[in-house]
Amino acid sequence: MQLLINGEWQHLEDTRTVSELLDTLGLAGKRVAVELNESIVPRSTHADVTLADGDQVEIVHAIGGG
Amino acid sequence: MTESTRLDAPLTIAGRTFNSRLLVGTGKYRDFDQARDAITESGAEIVTVAVRRSNLGQNPDEPNLLDIIPPTRYTILPNTAGCFNARDAVRTCQLARELLDGHNLVKLEVLGDEHTLYPNVMETLSAARTLIDDGFDVMVYTSDDPIVARELESMGCCAIMPLGSLIGSGQGLLNPHSLSLIIDHARVPVLVDAGIGTASDAALAMELGCDGVLLNSAIAHARQPVVMARAMRQAVEAGRNAWLAERMPRRTLARASSPTEGRINA
Repeated sequence: MQLLINGEWQHLEDTRTVSELLDTLGLAGKRVAVELNESIVPRSTHADVTLADGDQVEIVHAIGGG
Repeated sequence: MTESTRLDAPLTIAGRTFNSRLLVGTGKYRDFDQARDAITESGAEIVTVAVRRSNLGQNPDEPNLLDIIPPTRYTILPNTAGCFNARDAVRTCQLARELLDGHNLVKLEVLGDEHTLYPNVMETLSAARTLIDDGFDVMVYTSDDPIVARELESMGCCAIMPLGSLIGSGQGLLNPHSLSLIIDHARVPVLVDAGIGTASDAALAMELGCDGVLLNSAIAHARQPVVMARAMRQAVEAGRNAWLAERMPRRTLARASSPTEGRINA
């Protein structure tokens, strides 16, 4: 399955849900927010929301800024 | 209440109250330790952060900014820095709200170009309307145009934040008269956001009657950020007290402070 993650195409197998994606990326348990095809995916639904080929995912966190 | 015990009211923004009127950013510090020390010294209770794509596959154990400035202790104010249109700014705020477990206070800034980082007022107005309809409390970075400020307030923004001068320029308040026009007519807090270079700039903003000051570079880019953080805290307090005290009128000519009666040459 091809996913556009933070602007870069990645080929991922065995990654069915948002939770599994975060796990694969080493971001499980981190304070991040996820957007799927420009819609917010609430943290409480990460385990239920499934991914499809061609999906666009944004994963963001807080950094220093003014 | 006697004159000497006159106490200031807390700063109230969208129903939240704060004792500090200095808001600080978290960008441009050497490292997290320096950021934490400076923010602590500033006494700020509201701290801005930016929202950016997470690094994938790199440094999975890198420290998180929100561990340094925990949301349990600070009011985190996510910004939309780097957004040049309303759509990106709205998306950024929605991501921030998710990131912060439903926290709905944001700093909206929609920029016009890379050179000036001047606010794009049309896009700012559009984004503010969408965000307010979506339940956000919007503190809005804007130009020092009093008519635009009035529009943003009537739309429902919870704080108006005109620039003193360009972001990161350290040029201070280039148009205090314009800021005064905004302050005098606003019924929501007015905070100078951007342009503060040193303590006297922050004090002047408060003497004009601003409700608060938001700054980042002036502390982070000082040679000694922690010392400047202290100076800014003191300047904001001094400026606020000077405004509460209501300064003496300016006069063209001298007026002696010592009595004229009883002089030995009389």
